[in-house]
Amino acid sequence: MSAEVPEAASAEEQKEMEDKVTSPEKAEEAKLKARYPHLGQKPGGSDFLRKRLQKGQKYFDSGDYNMAKAKMKNKQLPTAAPDKTEVTGDHIPTPQDLPQRKPSLVTSKLAG
Amino acid sequence: MIPGIGAFTQDTLWCFSQVKGTMETGTTEADIISTVEFNHTGELLATGDKGGRVVIFQREQESKNQVHRRGEYNVYSTFQSHEPEFDYLKSLEIEEKINKIRWLPQQNAAYFLLSTNDKTVKLWKVSERDKRPEGYNLKDEEGRLRDPATITTLRVPVLRPMDLMVEATPRRVFANAHTYHINSISVNSDYETYMSADDLRINLWNFEITNQSFNIVDIKPANMEELTEVITAAEFHPHHCNTFVYSSSKGTIRLCDMRASALCDRHTKFFEEPEDPSNRSFFSEIISSISDVKFSHSGRYIMTRDYLTVKVWDLNMENRPIETYQVHDYLRSKLCSLYENDCIFDKFECVWNGSDSVIMTGSYNNFFRMFDRNTKRDVTLEASRENSKPRAILKPRKVCVGGKRRKDEISVDSLDFSKKILHTAWHPSENIIAVAATNNLYIFQDKVN
Repeated sequence: MSAEVPEAASAEEQKEMEDKVTSPEKAEEAKLKARYPHLGQKPGGSDFLRKRLQKGQKYFDSGDYNMAKAKMKNKQLPTAAPDKTEVTGDHIPTPQDLPQRKPSLVTSKLAG
Repeated sequence: MIPGIGAFTQDTLWCFSQVKGTMETGTTEADIISTVEFNHTGELLATGDKGGRVVIFQREQESKNQVHRRGEYNVYSTFQSHEPEFDYLKSLEIEEKINKIRWLPQQNAAYFLLSTNDKTVKLWKVSERDKRPEGYNLKDEEGRLRDPATITTLRVPVLRPMDLMVEATPRRVFANAHTYHINSISVNSDYETYMSADDLRINLWNFEITNQSFNIVDIKPANMEELTEVITAAEFHPHHCNTFVYSSSKGTIRLCDMRASALCDRHTKFFEEPEDPSNRSFFSEIISSISDVKFSHSGRYIMTRDYLTVKVWDLNMENRPIETYQVHDYLRSKLCSLYENDCIFDKFECVWNGSDSVIMTGSYNNFFRMFDRNTKRDVTLEASRENSKPRAILKPRKVCVGGKRRKDEISVDSLDFSKKILHTAWHPSENIIAVAATNNLYIFQDKVN
């Protein structure tokens, strides 16, 4: 009885190793899961897509903020320059705090 | 035809023609080119950028003295199409970045194009003025009003030639019809209507009417928690004004017929390639997301681009593509880092050449790829300042996957992922291509013997 269990385990390990060898994608997936153990199973799905739909949102409610904070722990999102000046979190932003969005007054360099 | 180095091959040799934009290393974000499009004759080439500006280049007439040089593209007009906005109600910043430009076929002396950002589509008229009236009675030459008491004679103003002036004026603004971000616009072959597509909806517009549009596709679920896919691109059939396609983030394409019903939520055809479930990984759905869909000029095929491949589908066969081309399969073993730096979400476009025999798409490191559908040969070329001598022939590039790297090859780990070629365009009838490399626009032509 006890002799069977280790065999079964090694068969599974073998399949996993085979997968990593034959599929670079699966090897990459294993790498990702090792770095972010709390990452959800489905990369697609409504959370992911809804975040995509909300691109450009500067403020969110507390529920969304907490969800984003939890996700941030797992995945360090690259912050583009505008995000660093983003006014969110602890205090209530005012129009003066908003980074000024100026239209391009300069002619495109392609036309130079 | 596919480029090759051999002198005796029939393949096309691609040469550098021009490069537009600055050589400065620090790129202003506003200068990043976000769309490139030739007009229907190839005489004009339009670019849009992140700063909301449009620059239109015009091909100069070929001179008799320079038979061996094709006409070059020079600046014809430039204007600010969109400005940044802030939606205070939704706390949403609306970028001025031009997502797409589409030309209308020319019907009179003026040129018309549609340009769109995330929320608003605009119809621009670009027209030339080469005469002006002179000899007004009530105004002097500088336009100042004359004192009526000093006017003793009457004359008729005459039109006199002036230096060519190209003016761009916004003729229509199609606003407030999209809750989500517009990813595509497409002019219908009836030349009276066009569609605009966002993540969840597609609207049909008449060019003359700006305060109404018809919603023709709506995939928003009643409960947003059930959202599983979004619309990524859409295009009208080049000849059949009732037919259009749209692609999704799950790698599927739907073809719809507007004659079937007013709301085309039920597709006429559904294109999806079956997937081997044992191959499925965390990344499968993300890399299957289609970033661009384009009808062939013939209207018989559609081409789709997902993260690693370009596929050609026959409209008569829904269950799998007829051709699949690997753009940069070596990235499959880099998906983890590409997910971490968000490159896995880059949206590459793809284009057909005029005869539908060659397809082209971009990659990283300022590489772009061409696939000849007939010979099944492919080539990788690079848009770089180093290959910028006039009429310099572009040398094919190769990425070394592993093991010993040859002299001219570049290893996968040395690729620059910040240099991405997302937008390219092919002249409608000639071998002239425009390649947008971040803030520079490269124009390449085939070698003229």
